[in-house]
Amino acid sequence: MTVLVQETAFDPWEALASYERSAPERFAGKTGGAAVFVGSMRDFNQGQTVRAMTLEHYPGMTVKYLEKVEAEARARWPLLDCLVIHRYGPLQPGDPIVLVAAWAAHRDAAFSACRYIIDELKTRAPFWKQEQTAAGRRWVTPEGSGK
Amino acid sequence: MPTAMPRVTIRYFASLRERLGRAEEVLDLEGIRTVAEVWARATGEPLPANTLVAVNLEYADFSQPLRDGDEVAFFPPVTGG
Repeated sequence: MTVLVQETAFDPWEALASYERSAPERFAGKTGGAAVFVGSMRDFNQGQTVRAMTLEHYPGMTVKYLEKVEAEARARWPLLDCLVIHRYGPLQPGDPIVLVAAWAAHRDAAFSACRYIIDELKTRAPFWKQEQTAAGRRWVTPEGSGK
Repeated sequence: MPTAMPRVTIRYFASLRERLGRAEEVLDLEGIRTVAEVWARATGEPLPANTLVAVNLEYADFSQPLRDGDEVAFFPPVTGG
């Protein structure tokens, strides 16, 4: 179970592969399913082109809440493992912002836990997006369900 | 020696930080006790709608009483993920 909040850019697929390689005994033969969500930065929002973004956060509280949400998911579903990585700082369009992965013996637990973690972190983890558009900088407001 | 006045550290984030023009300050709890009173004393402004508060890295209510050394953070709705 790992939660990382980092300024450094990351490749979610490389991060997943290296995480599985780091503890093969945890995954090989036991995992029946892994559900993965990768959230990336769009180059458009609310009808405007977005050139760049800065993600502010509350150091300490972000990690704490990501760990809390992950622990809630583990309490609700039988998971073999979870990995959550979230960026902060300057971002470019196309950059991965967040990775949520849940491994389980069966797909239902993996899908449900992955969905739970991303939905909960979006409403509880203290991150704030500021977009840079042709008209200047603007703080993003919550989008509702995001579906 | 008089006892030192209990005080809290206040932090502001994102649009709230920009609007107030500061990220952090320290406030004496002289005659005040709750989160709501700390906001009023520190900013002198009405509370913007939807403002969230955390005390010592946990979400809290505006009626929560504070103690010496607490860290209080005010911020707008979160937009991560």
